[in-house]
Amino acid sequence: MKLVIRGGWIIDPAQQINKKADILLAEGKIAAIGEGLSAADAQVIDATGKYVVPGLIDMHVHLRDPGLEAKEDIYTGTRAAAMGGFTSVACMPNTRPVIDNISGIGYVQNRAQSAGAVNVYPIGAITKGSEGKELAEIGDMVQAGAVAVSDDGKPVSNAQVMRLAFEYAKMFDIPVIAHSEDLYLAEGGQMHEGYVSTVLGLKGIPAAAEEVMIARDCLLAEYTGGRLHVAHVSTAGAVEIIRRAKARGVKVTAEVTPHHLTLTDEAVRGFDTNTKVNPPLRGTADIAALIAGLKDGTIDSIATDHAPHAFEEKDVEYRYAPFGISGLETAVPLVLQALVHSGEMKLEEVVAAMTLQPARILGLDKGTLETGKDADVTILDPAFEHTLDPQRFVSKGKNSPYGGRQVKGRVVATIVAGEVVMQEGRLLK
Amino acid sequence: MYLRGKDVLGLENMTPEEIKLILETAGPMKDIIRRDIKKVPTLRGKCVVTLFYEPSTRTRSSFELAGKYMGADVVNISTSTSSVVKGESLRDTVLTLQAMGVDIIIVRHPAEGAAQYIARSVKAGVINGGDGTHEHPTQALLDMFTIRQYKGSLAGKKVVIVGDILHSRVARSNIWGLNKFGADVHVVGPGTLLPPDMGKMGVTVHHRMEEALEGADVVNILRIQLERQQKGLFPTSREYARLFGINQQRLSYAKPDVLIMHPGPMNRGLEIAPDVAYDERSAIEEQVTNGVAVRMALLYLLSGGGNIEISN
Repeated sequence: MKLVIRGGWIIDPAQQINKKADILLAEGKIAAIGEGLSAADAQVIDATGKYVVPGLIDMHVHLRDPGLEAKEDIYTGTRAAAMGGFTSVACMPNTRPVIDNISGIGYVQNRAQSAGAVNVYPIGAITKGSEGKELAEIGDMVQAGAVAVSDDGKPVSNAQVMRLAFEYAKMFDIPVIAHSEDLYLAEGGQMHEGYVSTVLGLKGIPAAAEEVMIARDCLLAEYTGGRLHVAHVSTAGAVEIIRRAKARGVKVTAEVTPHHLTLTDEAVRGFDTNTKVNPPLRGTADIAALIAGLKDGTIDSIATDHAPHAFEEKDVEYRYAPFGISGLETAVPLVLQALVHSGEMKLEEVVAAMTLQPARILGLDKGTLETGKDADVTILDPAFEHTLDPQRFVSKGKNSPYGGRQVKGRVVATIVAGEVVMQEGRLLK
Repeated sequence: MYLRGKDVLGLENMTPEEIKLILETAGPMKDIIRRDIKKVPTLRGKCVVTLFYEPSTRTRSSFELAGKYMGADVVNISTSTSSVVKGESLRDTVLTLQAMGVDIIIVRHPAEGAAQYIARSVKAGVINGGDGTHEHPTQALLDMFTIRQYKGSLAGKKVVIVGDILHSRVARSNIWGLNKFGADVHVVGPGTLLPPDMGKMGVTVHHRMEEALEGADVVNILRIQLERQQKGLFPTSREYARLFGINQQRLSYAKPDVLIMHPGPMNRGLEIAPDVAYDERSAIEEQVTNGVAVRMALLYLLSGGGNIEISN
């Protein structure tokens, strides 16, 4: 099976390609990039005026499968990914049961194989049941295909357990992905602690709740020589801690979500439970620091932390709603708006943060359009203007605070291993 | 003039004109309470429900009497007797009430934003009887009515709110309301019971009582809940009373005719000394009467009433 994408503008940060060219995909691999490419009986996609980039990689999603299928499952979650332009996702293990052993990893892989629409890379738990007490069978899980470990949704509160995790994971050269939250400081918190929480009377989660844990984990990673990846960085202070750790040579990487780049705690006024997310939406100075961190490389990647929930779970009083935003299907336009259209970053830099960087962190042989690599390709139209409508999400989770937002930019096609899985908003798989 | 919306959810987003309308409507309502026959037919045929998810004697009975004095039918629902214990959602509960023909729902709820959530869900009018630590607009309205009664106006008056500001919906609503009328609002309490960035709400923040009370026209003393001590927010009741309790000695820093207020229920000997509570400058009982009047005014205005022409 062959596919030619004609007339698009190709951006591949790994090869520093940024030019108008055709690209030929054959037998699931990238066959060639060049001018006037064609092949007998090849399917043709006209990408004139569009950008052709490596398939986007989301290193932080919650597919909720097994056990929480009312929120999402692997069938719907991977199709939501395809709608959002993602050809690969790494899914967090806080399912029911927690993915903390080889059979859990196998379940996710099997379901992804039979029902998935994009590549799925399971992340295993750091500790058994993500209870923060005893290490899970990390060696087994890595051998079976886990690309990282994380107790995401919860911190590893015990510093000794986290130290052991770094030492143990280091043997397999995988990152330990930290959900950084001091549970005492954050206890009962509903939103960022600041003026808006004071006005609304909602219990605040101070920036320090995140920062003290990131500081601790940077020190532990430094001491052990382990690899730390900080999930969903949200505060200016956290960016600075990571920046200094990197300068000292600590093996730390970090990600930021589209929602932490585009909304502040002001969005919580009105008590829309779709704004309830952990870490919480912070302030404008934090957004500026996150963008600065992306620009100077302190923050390596952009990940959605796609956290779908069922309608009835969010249709409650603010305090009783679960944390999380359904993010896969809005990531590209939001990131373009916050970073590219605003003039903060070049498109190729943003593409790197959504392809090459997550591939490097997770050790995936992906994230590039190099000849011979997997033919995972995303086609973007950064100029297309539209209005976001969560009710039309393919994800089961319609829990997005972006309904009605006017945006510019969309995903035109998502191609996984040479097969078009989404084109012009229609799923083909 | 009329209220702009179908609901009264908080004072933050209410205009000074609306607040003035409510306070001026409450005046004639208070006359009704003082009558021998406390019943007018104004709201005959209207149904008012009090939906209380937190224990309350004062606010609930104040609303109930306000409705009854105005001639409305009043139904009281509290969590222990409703389907809430069976796990029904708040939206479904209020939709059920609406389907029974309820005109106004008064809600008290431990979750901030609950009144707004209900208001979005139903066509009936909603009055916020206190939502978590967010707002308690009717308490603030009755406090403002009381200050106007004793001090003539609010403009330029130094009002000091004392105590657990962090957990106080009364404080928040008072701050919004008082500021809209040009009062000089101060808050004082331990650092652990003051939320961040208070100053941006337009108040002066203090940690020393004497400094806060200097020249005060009004002191509004908040209830200290003992569970706050158990959460470690202050060391002991004893130390709280010593540092922040209102006694005659502290009160001497205020103006001689300072008005003493407390939303109740009081912890005598903790946040307020008994001789302060029963001081002749105390308006604590008058606040309760005014609470009924203000709530009558709100029920009247939300039922479509406009301003009452005061002829004499």
